[in-house]
Amino acid sequence: MAEPVADLTENAGLPEPDVAREWLATMTLIRRFEERAGEMYAKAKVGGFLHLAIGEEATIVGSTRALRDQDYLISTYRSHGHTLARGSDPDRVMAELFGRVDGLCRGRGGSMHMFDLEKRFMGGYGIVGGNLPIAAGFALASDYKALDEATLCQFGDGASNQGTFGETMNLAALWKLPVVFMITNNRFGMGTSLERHSAVTDLLRKGEGFGVPGMRCDGMDVQDTYTVTTEALRIAREERRPVLVEALTYRFRGHSMADPEEYRTKEQVDEWRKRDPLAVFGSALVDAGVLTAEQREAVDTEAIEKVDAAVAFADASPHPSPNELYDDIYVLGDQVRGWYSVDERTSTPHRGEDERGMTENLPGHVEYERAIGSNETPPAETAKPTDDAQRDED
Amino acid sequence: MRYREALNSALREEMERDENVLLMGEDIGVFNGAFKVTAGLLEEFGEQRVRDTPISENTIVGMGVGAAMTGLRPVVELMTINFSLLAMDQIVNHAASIRYMFGGQVKVPLVVRMPQGAGHQLGPTHSHSWEALFLHVPGLLVAVPTTAADAKGLLKSAIRDDNPVIFIEHEYLYGQKGEVPEDDDFTVPFGRAAIRREGSDVTIVGISRMALTAARAAKTLSEKHAIEAEVIDPRTLRPLDLDTILESVRKTNRCVIVEEGWPHGGVGANLAALITEQAFDDLDAPIQRVTGADVPMPYSKPLEQLAFPHEPQVIDAVLATFKDR
Repeated sequence: MAEPVADLTENAGLPEPDVAREWLATMTLIRRFEERAGEMYAKAKVGGFLHLAIGEEATIVGSTRALRDQDYLISTYRSHGHTLARGSDPDRVMAELFGRVDGLCRGRGGSMHMFDLEKRFMGGYGIVGGNLPIAAGFALASDYKALDEATLCQFGDGASNQGTFGETMNLAALWKLPVVFMITNNRFGMGTSLERHSAVTDLLRKGEGFGVPGMRCDGMDVQDTYTVTTEALRIAREERRPVLVEALTYRFRGHSMADPEEYRTKEQVDEWRKRDPLAVFGSALVDAGVLTAEQREAVDTEAIEKVDAAVAFADASPHPSPNELYDDIYVLGDQVRGWYSVDERTSTPHRGEDERGMTENLPGHVEYERAIGSNETPPAETAKPTDDAQRDED
Repeated sequence: MRYREALNSALREEMERDENVLLMGEDIGVFNGAFKVTAGLLEEFGEQRVRDTPISENTIVGMGVGAAMTGLRPVVELMTINFSLLAMDQIVNHAASIRYMFGGQVKVPLVVRMPQGAGHQLGPTHSHSWEALFLHVPGLLVAVPTTAADAKGLLKSAIRDDNPVIFIEHEYLYGQKGEVPEDDDFTVPFGRAAIRREGSDVTIVGISRMALTAARAAKTLSEKHAIEAEVIDPRTLRPLDLDTILESVRKTNRCVIVEEGWPHGGVGANLAALITEQAFDDLDAPIQRVTGADVPMPYSKPLEQLAFPHEPQVIDAVLATFKDR
């Protein structure tokens, strides 16, 4: 059985002032972004499901700040914060929530499926536990190519009950892959509490039987999360073995926007809110003289301004053109010819690129216009050259 | 060269050609593969590139997805097509969707190989023919090679292609011999059907092993019924060379589709709809389908033989298209 790694919690102090200010700024940006996303959901600017990470900011920032630029980060359907922490443009994250063409994924992923290759944010995934094998695959590629990269895989306490959890722990340990698995233990798998969904509630121990040692951090404490994740990544990178980190945290909002929260008490939420990571860390910085009260206020103001700008940007961004419906299903190349798929709305079979020109006279077009509805933003102007749009350049 | 040897040489050549190609699967290395397709490759390429895995289908495929997203070209072997159901989450929710849902930022050049087919008394969890399950999914390419040459040429194309490919082999075909071009750069493009036999009276489309059954039936039809059948093997179902099939149907005015899989929502059901939509006026008779029986595959040898198509059923179906003549 894998030995537990030493508890590092005792050693956590404040980071260097510049670092501390950046952490606070990023945590604040995430908080304000999430709050505004919730408002935009209420105004029907954002559709589908919306899962907010309010309360989990220290876990997000502490863990991602332990990564190097070349490392991979992969997350879940609650991933706005992860992609923001990785450096994605808030404008494009908000535009993705709005389903607009300037969104990170051109409006095809939405809240649950963020992705920013340039920042090595390798995706939010809507299937609980579905991202674990993929994370191990990134680590396999890094290892295979002998590159000094590590992967940090985020998932929730609920995912630790999926089959992929055990399968991936075993394979990652067996193949000595440079990957850190981080359980964001916010104590609920949707509305089912940890005690009601997992026989073992010390989640850091769940990897031990598979050969993956566990560590735990206080996910409400950004410095502690950073310290523990840094050590876990060091082990993964230098000792070539995976580590499981359990971050103890709490989400202050419901699972999604459609959550009456009947599974927990207001008292429990209030108790955790006393440990609000923004309030605690912000006050600590003021107490330590790293920030004045005014500077702390300015951090918040700046975050609000960024989020305001993101909303304005998203609202001004066009909806994807009808011509984009068939983009990027396939990489179309000379190797593969013939008819890839058949669009039921036209009588002719096609490759994706042949679908351009859909703006005219198609039965679906009325519904497309209706969906845009009262929103004044026009669709993106069409006519990207077919070859550029369809051929893969990467 | 046998079909399994053709696959083996395709894997070897592509591994030699591109060091980012690696193999993963259950018992593909030390054991040399459940059907010996990967025989000798561990010895030749080593453990880094030929990886025996635990029995964890969903995770093996998922690791293939992740590795493909980050620059490798993994070829994952699943021991039978039935086991692919354990990996359906990674195949459908992930491999097929990732490029689209992430706005085209990444590609997933992954090949998942698996054998299908009845006839070895392996019963209800090892014997099915499910190309239709994968055909259903946009984002996947689906190959169903019948001959040794196609097995090799299509597998090489699959490995070089930047899309996720479901590569469906056939347990019966592994031992079949066929001519295979010697050229190292021989490939068979996806989306080009093969006309196995030319004929003017009826078009028979045969999928996977059923292309051979169709060819045998065509010979009998010529000898005993003076009916000249054109036999088409689509070779890949996505992309589909519908042009060649439509051209044939416009010439023969009759069509029979033969597959080993189940009838509801099958390849034949889909293809019949496409032909009807686009060549209805050219048809002189309703399209006939010959399919596997609508049951889980039984173990009993006689029952199993009854549960997938043979030459007589194909002949009956062809004759049915002539009954009103």
